[in-house]
Amino acid sequence: MSTSCLTSGLLYLLLAPLIGGLIAGLDRIISARMQTRVGPPIWQPFYDVCKLFSKEHLVVNRSQTLFVFGLFIFMIITGLLFFTGYDLLLVIFAFTLASILLILAAYKAGSPYSFIGAERELMQMMAYEPMVLLVPIGIYMVTKTFSVAEIVKYETPLIYYLPGVFIGLLHILTIKFRKSPFDLSSTHHAHQELVKGLTTEFSGPSLALIEITHWYENVLLLGIIFLFFAPIPWVGVLAALLIYFLEIMIDNSFARMKWEFLLKSSWWMALVFGGGNILLLMLLKR
Amino acid sequence: MNLILFLIIFPFVISLILRPNLLPEGLQKGLISISTLVLAVASIMLCFDPNEISSQLLQLTFSHYQQLFLFVVEIGLAILIYYFSFKYDKIWVAFVNTIQLMLLIVLETKVKFNLENNIGNASNLFTKSIFFIDNFSIIMALIIGIIGGLIAIYANGYMKDFHHHHKEMKDKRSSFFFVIFMFLSAMFGIVFSDNLLWLHFFWEITTLASFLLIGYKGDKVSIDNAFRALLYNLIGGVGFVVGILYFYMASGSFSLDQLINAGKSGFLIPVLLLAFAGFSKSAQMPFSSWLLGAMVAPTPVSALLHSSTMVKAGVYLVIKLAPALMGTWAGILVASVGGITFLTASMIAISRQNAKSVLAYSTIANLGLIVLCAGIGSPMAVWAGIMIIIFHAISKGLLFLSVGVAEHRIDSREIEAMDGLVVSLPNLSFLLLLGMAGMFLAPFAMLISKWAVIKAIIDPAPLLLIPIVFGSAATLFYWVKWMGKLLAITTNETNNPNNTNKTTAATLEKAISNYEWCALYPLGFLTIISTIIFPLTSGFMLEPYLSKHYNLGAGYFNLWQENIILMTLLLILLLLLPLLSKIFISANNKKTRVTAPYLAGANVNDGYHYQGSLQTMKYTIRNYYLESFFGERCWSLVGIILAIVTMLIMLFSVRF
Repeated sequence: MSTSCLTSGLLYLLLAPLIGGLIAGLDRIISARMQTRVGPPIWQPFYDVCKLFSKEHLVVNRSQTLFVFGLFIFMIITGLLFFTGYDLLLVIFAFTLASILLILAAYKAGSPYSFIGAERELMQMMAYEPMVLLVPIGIYMVTKTFSVAEIVKYETPLIYYLPGVFIGLLHILTIKFRKSPFDLSSTHHAHQELVKGLTTEFSGPSLALIEITHWYENVLLLGIIFLFFAPIPWVGVLAALLIYFLEIMIDNSFARMKWEFLLKSSWWMALVFGGGNILLLMLLKR
Repeated sequence: MNLILFLIIFPFVISLILRPNLLPEGLQKGLISISTLVLAVASIMLCFDPNEISSQLLQLTFSHYQQLFLFVVEIGLAILIYYFSFKYDKIWVAFVNTIQLMLLIVLETKVKFNLENNIGNASNLFTKSIFFIDNFSIIMALIIGIIGGLIAIYANGYMKDFHHHHKEMKDKRSSFFFVIFMFLSAMFGIVFSDNLLWLHFFWEITTLASFLLIGYKGDKVSIDNAFRALLYNLIGGVGFVVGILYFYMASGSFSLDQLINAGKSGFLIPVLLLAFAGFSKSAQMPFSSWLLGAMVAPTPVSALLHSSTMVKAGVYLVIKLAPALMGTWAGILVASVGGITFLTASMIAISRQNAKSVLAYSTIANLGLIVLCAGIGSPMAVWAGIMIIIFHAISKGLLFLSVGVAEHRIDSREIEAMDGLVVSLPNLSFLLLLGMAGMFLAPFAMLISKWAVIKAIIDPAPLLLIPIVFGSAATLFYWVKWMGKLLAITTNETNNPNNTNKTTAATLEKAISNYEWCALYPLGFLTIISTIIFPLTSGFMLEPYLSKHYNLGAGYFNLWQENIILMTLLLILLLLLPLLSKIFISANNKKTRVTAPYLAGANVNDGYHYQGSLQTMKYTIRNYYLESFFGERCWSLVGIILAIVTMLIMLFSVRF
């Protein structure tokens, strides 16, 4: 492992919560402006988390904390694997493990709301998983490597070969960022019929941990977007931010969809755009 | 050499001792336990005996007497099948049996004719050894010896309980164990035979044994399902005999090794016929229903068929043929059958509510993945395929045995009846969760294998990744929701800590016999340990095997080391997680308060009821099964049609 990989890993570990938190703050301001409100200060997410840490820790089951803690640890590890340039497939698998731990935590909490939240989160996972796996596959078809460190060195931007995969990725990013119309399991909007769904039974320090994990996760996702533009770094950063802005816009302009639509649309998008892109690459590269 | 013969003959002898039911129950149980221990030790010794491995082709050669012997025995087996099929009026079974019998007679007369007229050095047939041994067959022997043995021990405890639950049935336990040990013997025979006639002989014995075991209960459903298994496997058997006959006519040889070598140089028809036999035995798509029907049998039978024997014989053969399939269109089509099976079986599993049925579909899916690897046939793909065989055998054995125990304790095999099992059967639930995690979750070894599958097929056939990615998503869904069901503590009366008195939990688990624990704990331990020693398995067993068969240079697998070590570290971390979270929990312990779940209303005393507008309500929650999306009828039809079309293309794509 080179020193640059080590540095970027370390930077991720330290800066990701800061960047993720700031993005969350910006998200809230921009959303507020779209709804013609003023919105909270940009540091609000940090105030929230600090307050959560100082609150009483209410649980239904003591062991649910175990899973939340596991989620936190494995999400950080996933990010570290990505930013230190390891195997992209391994990153995806570790990511899956982390997400499953969150779902199990919600199941374990044993309330009807968190149970349905967990089921829906699982549904979302099934919806996005094919596309998530097609991303490294598409990237491999172009670069002939799964190693993130090698992929960033590839001379042409990947978006040039993988527009279909990128469109498919955009579709599932809405699920991953927990944005409307695909925020079935848990949402920050007030239109939630499942109370807070997945996270209903988490409070105080546990909820704070989930929030920080979410920041780490968002930075990782933005990193994956960056991968498609890696040779020109400023375009990559710009693209990542632009796409996040796009997600905020989608979030504020759509009502929530039903799970049938979520599942069908995600699988079709993955099949048509992801699979189609891979088919084309296979035919062209031969 | 001696060990191989021992492994085949010893269980056979034990089965003969058990058959007449002379021994008192205690002695019988003791004999079964000790002999399975002996088998396990013998198969482990196989790894460490350099003589066994170095004497590549062993000295016991084939002879015409053996051939006559096999011929007579096979006719005997055929007569037995006739007896059963006429007794229960199953004409199709008799019909397929007749075809196979006729083919065998043709084969015999052909050999005799060639010998008498000495056509094409006919006596060369008898210079080749009937047995062989390599690292792959040692791995298979370990699976059969250890996991099969553990299942036999488990059956000791389970069958007693089984007859306790099914009082209307006659206790035929001695014949049950007779067939089980016969089965193990035949399985050892399959993995060590190089001679195709012997291989087919053992193959047919496993077919017949599974028929007897599936029909053990003797009611109508069991008998129908047993005959379906028999029919499908006989169809595969016909493919097998045609393959032997075709290869013999062309080359005058009965050696599997030579058949594979001929396949490598383009003579693919016998290879594909054998692969076809492998499909039927390993329940690939058009044949998959026999394995689903097999779940009516007592749990040890399902565990045996699904994890260590029977279906593993099928994939063993297909993987054996992999070098011949590599880089051919036929190979891609074989892989497609596997891919279709993996995708459809995984999707159907979502809609199943019966625990054993979910396990059965998951088995079929995993076998599909193995066949897919075999069809690709590259070293990396075969590596992944063999790894899946190992890990699937362990985890699936554990899962079936645990579900069997749970079924007797909660009197249901429905997943919906299992909520809160973690309270009433804590240790068993832990083992179930471990087995499920072993089946699909990073960093357990099964996932490393899936990762290898993706790496292996991305270059030769990237489109085959599409069924894999969708199937994996479905796999995730049905396992996690089951795990959630076990963990969620809800309103189920039997499993609820608040509704029943506190002693129930302890007594429920106490009723599990020691024989059952004796099988469950080692399997749970193996699930973890197999992941930890996984680099060793790869380094000492698989890499030498693959290097030999594919003439690989040193360092082919070097790229792997770094990632494998990383995976192992992740596993250790996952196992350490409870400890780490202890720190977090204790840091917040003072602030932690346990409350009742939120029910959007006033909770009534226990937290499982709330005050509705008219009366006290109890909430119930059920999993998603998505029948409208993943219905069994629809997707199995799709799978069967696609698989049959693929097979037809496959058979006709090779020039006759």
